[in-house]
Amino acid sequence: MNKWTRRAFLSTGVIAGTGLVVGISIRPGNRAQGLQDLMAGEGETLIHAYVKIGADNVVTAIIPHSEMGQGIHTSLAQMVADELDADWDLVRAEEAPALDEYANYAVGKGFLLPGAKFPDIIIPSVDGALMQIADVLNVQITGGSGSIRFTGELGSRIAGAATRQLLVQAAAEEWQVPESEIETEKSHLIHRASSRNEPYAAFAAAASTMKPSYTPELKRQDQFKVMGQHVQRFDIPAKVDGTAQFALDVRLPGMLYATVTRSPVFGGTLIGTKDEAARAISGVIDVYELPPMESNDMVGAFTAGESVAVLAEGYWPAIQGLKALEIEWDNGGNETVSSDKIFAQFDADISAAQDRGSDSLVGDADDVFANAANIISADYRVPYLAHTCMEPLNATAEVKDGRCELWIGCQNPLGFRQAVADALGIDAEKVTVHNQFMGGGFGRKARPDYAIQAALVAERAGRPVQLIWSREEDVRQDFYRPAVQSRFRAALDNDGNPIAWENTYVDKHEPIEAPLIPYAIPAQNIGYVASPTHVPFGAWRSVDHSQHGFFTESFIDEVAVAAGKDPYEYRAGLLKNHPRHLAVLEKVATEARWGQPLAEGRGRGISLQDSFGTLVAQVVEVTIVDGDMSVDRVVAVIDAGFAISPDGITAQVESAIIYGLTAALHGEITIENGAVAQSNFHDYEAVRMDTAPKIETHIINSGHAIGGAGEPGTPGIAPALANAVFDATGIRVRNLPLNQFNLRFGVEDAGAVG
Amino acid sequence: MAVLIVNGTREEIDVDPSTPLLWVLREKLALTGTKFGCGIAQCGACTVHVAGSPIRSCNTPVSAVEGQEITTIEGLAPSSEELHPLQTAWIEHQVPQCGYCQSGQLMSAAALLASNPNPDDAAIDSAMRGNICRCGMYGRIRQAIKTSAAYYEVASTSELADQAQEVSGE
Repeated sequence: MNKWTRRAFLSTGVIAGTGLVVGISIRPGNRAQGLQDLMAGEGETLIHAYVKIGADNVVTAIIPHSEMGQGIHTSLAQMVADELDADWDLVRAEEAPALDEYANYAVGKGFLLPGAKFPDIIIPSVDGALMQIADVLNVQITGGSGSIRFTGELGSRIAGAATRQLLVQAAAEEWQVPESEIETEKSHLIHRASSRNEPYAAFAAAASTMKPSYTPELKRQDQFKVMGQHVQRFDIPAKVDGTAQFALDVRLPGMLYATVTRSPVFGGTLIGTKDEAARAISGVIDVYELPPMESNDMVGAFTAGESVAVLAEGYWPAIQGLKALEIEWDNGGNETVSSDKIFAQFDADISAAQDRGSDSLVGDADDVFANAANIISADYRVPYLAHTCMEPLNATAEVKDGRCELWIGCQNPLGFRQAVADALGIDAEKVTVHNQFMGGGFGRKARPDYAIQAALVAERAGRPVQLIWSREEDVRQDFYRPAVQSRFRAALDNDGNPIAWENTYVDKHEPIEAPLIPYAIPAQNIGYVASPTHVPFGAWRSVDHSQHGFFTESFIDEVAVAAGKDPYEYRAGLLKNHPRHLAVLEKVATEARWGQPLAEGRGRGISLQDSFGTLVAQVVEVTIVDGDMSVDRVVAVIDAGFAISPDGITAQVESAIIYGLTAALHGEITIENGAVAQSNFHDYEAVRMDTAPKIETHIINSGHAIGGAGEPGTPGIAPALANAVFDATGIRVRNLPLNQFNLRFGVEDAGAVG
Repeated sequence: MAVLIVNGTREEIDVDPSTPLLWVLREKLALTGTKFGCGIAQCGACTVHVAGSPIRSCNTPVSAVEGQEITTIEGLAPSSEELHPLQTAWIEHQVPQCGYCQSGQLMSAAALLASNPNPDDAAIDSAMRGNICRCGMYGRIRQAIKTSAAYYEVASTSELADQAQEVSGE
């Protein structure tokens, strides 16, 4: 098990078999008293786990999620504040510490039981069971585009509304008036009949001793005052003057520095290290061999081989020392593996179709194909990808007196706490995690390998140590977005309508619905085969949607072209049973002026993606002159149900598109002799200012259940771009990245490339 | 012993002269606003000004900048009470996401505006293409530079007006 999966959750049996849901989610009982000392500063009262109120009437929303650029501290604070009728100017946000109380089981609940409803009477028991699961799994994960749709909807809003209810109750008792006569506005309690008007702070202490409701009344959308409004992010001022503290900026008295390397060939084991030359470098203090590591947590489970670390007075001598090491690795036979061999293996495994699993079996596709006159088929594939967060992996640790303090930027503080405790052989309670702003995460910072290394080095050094990975180590020791191959067939009737869709691909992970299509095709057979490799893999922004979005939205374009139809109209014709999808697609076509003719050398492509509860449609425009392509413009439409933070969701779409565009144009990790061939931004390139397209984002608030925002914009850019390239050149791009293709062909001599 | 002038302050530092300026700023002077991103001058996160010009501090040995005026993100604002116009525009356009690259982005943009107060898109492309933003906020960075340039234009116009007034004696 290399990932946190819904199947794995359900197999625990605790809640399997329910078809219902849970509507609420603050923890049963009120643990505020137990947390007061830990969470509240001077003059602050912790009302319950998620909300503090200060003597100055400042409301602090406690956020059980990490900030990696997505603005979640602000968005979740909006959700708390709105339900609480708080004065937004007096609202702050604070990230929750890595304590069991902040296991964000609402995320688990959202993944486990989407969309159901439970009778109130059984909610506490179900919540209790879910919390136990979250605690056991050490789930404090930020990922799956789940923070707003799960923690926000099932946690923050309820916390805000319940806090408001407690304050009203406290005021009613004090004033001896009915609760129904008390109004709340801008962090004040008002009783008009007796002309009373008091700040929330006056009743904070009384409220903190009461038991919050699990089922407070929530606002209707037309009552929102802060949700849906543009507010400035809390974290941005510190990010323009250099004061924002990332893990790499932590400075401790007496701190040393270290850097580290693992076997370039994955799975390699350490034979020995010659370190005389390294130790001779001025500033180098010591060289450590670190043991292999593994974690079996459902979130972030992984294995990694031994590493060698150089401890020094600064990063510079440390990295000079590392380069001077002569390390001998036993590559275990993996040194013969290459990308070519991996794809040949994928191809063979798809052809063999042994133990083929099934995602969707509708109608009798085999029968349709056997009798169809018009069948088109194509193989698609995408390479491994690294995450390359701007901030290279790093962690600062101090191990002393049987305790460990860890300063880090990570996507799962509780999971990291457990992993570090296990590596040091101490109880999790002896590890304190100080989570910092992350300079990007994208899924990489859910794996605690770098935290474990830092703790082990600090333990041996006996002093605080900041462990910093070089960019080269970051590119070569990632948990990669898996390479995938996908083989399609489609059958068309005499009118060009698709009557069968078949897809067999390798390497299934999460989300399980990623390869499914929304289009009305009466016979479908979508399935997968296992084809394991030695390359470590993990979640990469949008996870399996990043591969399957490209595959399915490119192949449906091929089908449309084979039918002689316009790709937009063809899709629209297959979405009659999906009005929400259709509305998003129609809006993007309108905003992009789909039908308007383009000059020669220009092309336009479209895509539609349903992921993480959110729909995104994109139209890309390209210009290709003498084989040189520019991506001119991307029009995106997003329906996440309701945009809590409209500018935030717009920024997420822009970011997701550039992240996906970098992968589509440049992204390729290749395996040569068992190891990664790339090493840094010169050979693992990113889209830059001069090649970034203009992006126009349009938001639809459809009123459907709130969906995710961080990832849904990523999958659709690659297919829309590839479809635009086809429109401009007649070249059908079936392999990424695009920069490997010669686009100098004319339409007349273009065939399928790849 | 290397002598550096950083944000107007003279610093004497005991360091191997081949050490890149980045690590001296971050580890010796605790000026952590300047970031490590790649170590090979490919990403721009480490951008600082030396004598007003943007350089990549990750591959500039400290020996090469001794005695010269070095400005880091901590010294970009004119005073502790006010922001540089670019910083104001960065907030107005809500540019940063993770924020890790933004010190370098701002230093590159500041150097651009100092030499070209009203840059067109091509000038922005040229000055900013050395700075990677993995959150992809290029559109917002471009807009913020233009907003800031407009501020420069207003400022310089009003300066001219002031000068004109002085000349005419009104």
